[in-house]
Amino acid sequence: MSLRKLLAAATALTVAGGTGAFAQTITIATVNNGDMIRMQGYTDQFTEATGIGVEWVTLEENVLRQRVTTDITTKGGQFDIMTIGMYETPIWGANGWLVPLDDLSDEYDVGDILPAMAGGLSHDGTLYAAPFYGESSMIMYRTDLMEQAGLEMPEAPTWEFIAEAARAMTDRENDINGICLRGKAGWGEGGAFITAMSNSFGARWFDEDWNAQFDQPAWAETLNFYVNLMNDAGPPGYSTNGFNENLSLFQQGKCGMWIDATVAASFVTNPDESTVADKVGFALAPDNGLGKRSNWLWAWALAIPAGTQQEAEAKQFIEWATSKDYIALVAENEGWANVPPGARTSLYETPEYQEVPFAQMTLDSILSADPNNPTVDPVPYVGIQFAAIPEFAGIATEVSQEFSAAYAGQQSVEEALEKAQALTNDAMEAAGYR
Amino acid sequence: MARATSTQRKLGTTLLAWAVGLLIFFPIYWTILTSFKTEAQAISDPPVFLFFDWTLENYSIVQERSDYMRFLWNSVIIAGGSTLLGILIAVPAAWSMAFVPSKRTKDILLWMLSTKMLPAVGVLYPISLIFVEFNLLDTRIGLVIVLMLINLPIIVWMLYTYFREIPGEILEAARMDGASLGKEILYVLTPMAVPGIASTILLNIILAWNEAFWTLNLTAANAAPLTAFIASYSSPEGLFFAKLSAASTMAIAPILILGWFSQKQLVRGLTFGAVK
Repeated sequence: MSLRKLLAAATALTVAGGTGAFAQTITIATVNNGDMIRMQGYTDQFTEATGIGVEWVTLEENVLRQRVTTDITTKGGQFDIMTIGMYETPIWGANGWLVPLDDLSDEYDVGDILPAMAGGLSHDGTLYAAPFYGESSMIMYRTDLMEQAGLEMPEAPTWEFIAEAARAMTDRENDINGICLRGKAGWGEGGAFITAMSNSFGARWFDEDWNAQFDQPAWAETLNFYVNLMNDAGPPGYSTNGFNENLSLFQQGKCGMWIDATVAASFVTNPDESTVADKVGFALAPDNGLGKRSNWLWAWALAIPAGTQQEAEAKQFIEWATSKDYIALVAENEGWANVPPGARTSLYETPEYQEVPFAQMTLDSILSADPNNPTVDPVPYVGIQFAAIPEFAGIATEVSQEFSAAYAGQQSVEEALEKAQALTNDAMEAAGYR
Repeated sequence: MARATSTQRKLGTTLLAWAVGLLIFFPIYWTILTSFKTEAQAISDPPVFLFFDWTLENYSIVQERSDYMRFLWNSVIIAGGSTLLGILIAVPAAWSMAFVPSKRTKDILLWMLSTKMLPAVGVLYPISLIFVEFNLLDTRIGLVIVLMLINLPIIVWMLYTYFREIPGEILEAARMDGASLGKEILYVLTPMAVPGIASTILLNIILAWNEAFWTLNLTAANAAPLTAFIASYSSPEGLFFAKLSAASTMAIAPILILGWFSQKQLVRGLTFGAVK
């Protein structure tokens, strides 16, 4: 018996011990957030209806990304459904790594998926992942502090107004910061925020020939504006703050304004968690009069890796999890504020949902984001807070590290931009774009 | 006068030891404490220390959401299996290096250690491909093999250090009495090295228990140990620190208890030979 056969036999024995009681079991890799966890609680109903068992592998976002990327590139075949985002979907779809979702049932109503979401989850017009929930970013602000400052938040403010309001609301003695924004390194953390912000200042990552644009004045303007604002009105140590840190500050009443994911609205208005639940207002992410706002677009979506043995069952699950019926199921049991937002047009046409305080602003934010046309000047890439090319995650993580070093005062904004320019061009040259 | 100085010095050393001990223990204490708070108390600033409404809610949520026993069982098998397999291979290896060294023994020892100097992620793809080829993904046996290989250099090094403290003449005497090689290792060397072997086993169980790169990257639903259990409670979008703390406490509890009961053995083993 060869070593290989021996190992395979041993493996078969181990695996045989672990299979569940169902004739068919699908394995789903997913991310740990409230909506996904809630769905796990309802999967028994899916199993009862279809006889298909479901195994969940829940991981933290960064671990999940590494795990599913390794699995799909090595054809590991560990998962029948993967939870991926708007960044991965078009790239993986183009590589033929995902099963196209072009034969979903009529009942499912693909046309009901919000166009911005469907667009970002497709390649060449074919849908490769079904959105479970979608988000954009918007301003959450303290209505009481705004009033104290004698200001009124417009529905669609400019950066100029935001800066003025932030400085007016700042009260260092009482530990109140006018504005809390992400500064933490990482392309999906501070990198996502500053890229979306730069769009409204007329900046872009690349010109149409894939040349880095960090040497252009629009980037210097973005970064200087951000650093000055945060130094005057931001919390101390903001260069290491991400979503969770800012959420914590806001919930404890230490931020006048916070521009971040629309999904945060349900946290900051929840009286069990937030000390300021009844004093939160919402507005569109700011612009600079150039025609682009600084909000992003993101979706957590379910996709089927090509090569799975259980394609039909996986499709059945996706149709169930991202259906109108699932939304109705959650609404019935846990109320409309807890349904997964941002995926379907019909949700925003439901009268009960329109009464949820942040519903309309979430929809308006999503609708105002256009991943195919994200910047003032034309770009060769798709994506608002990212460029959907495989090299982006690596490059943007390094660039955001340079930026965070500038926020922390370890280097000047000019130095950070110089380094970003050089490292981006080097990486793009090595990858064969230039 | 001399006595006063020595009392003072003793007091100083004791205080220092307590300070260092508390400093090291604080993160564990804080995790355990947080696991009994509500999510809102978990992030409150200023932090609450003891006077809050203790709640078991997080534990019941974690229990409900995850099959803790399955993760625990996988951890036990993977940590225990990889350690035992490692010891079986390392005892003969360390014996030969300690008692019949060759010209190259020092180089081999150093070379073995050098495999620990490469960041694990550097071989993620090669290992993953091997696992795919041999159908080892998401199996306990696959993880037992990988963790054994990862910890093997440390096991060999530790055993080598202990074995060197044992006079070779005793083994020679056994040989003179006609003991075979197997008997010599099993009946003469091993009993003398028990403290060393025991502490090596304990340390390796702890290392394998806490290993959180390969156990996350090579498992899915079937073979995932407690590291994956913790990872499923960490969230970048949402503050679930109390639940994460409850999951962490449940994951470290078995190894903490094991460490507590075996601390004498552990300390004796780690300082073995130091006072000769």
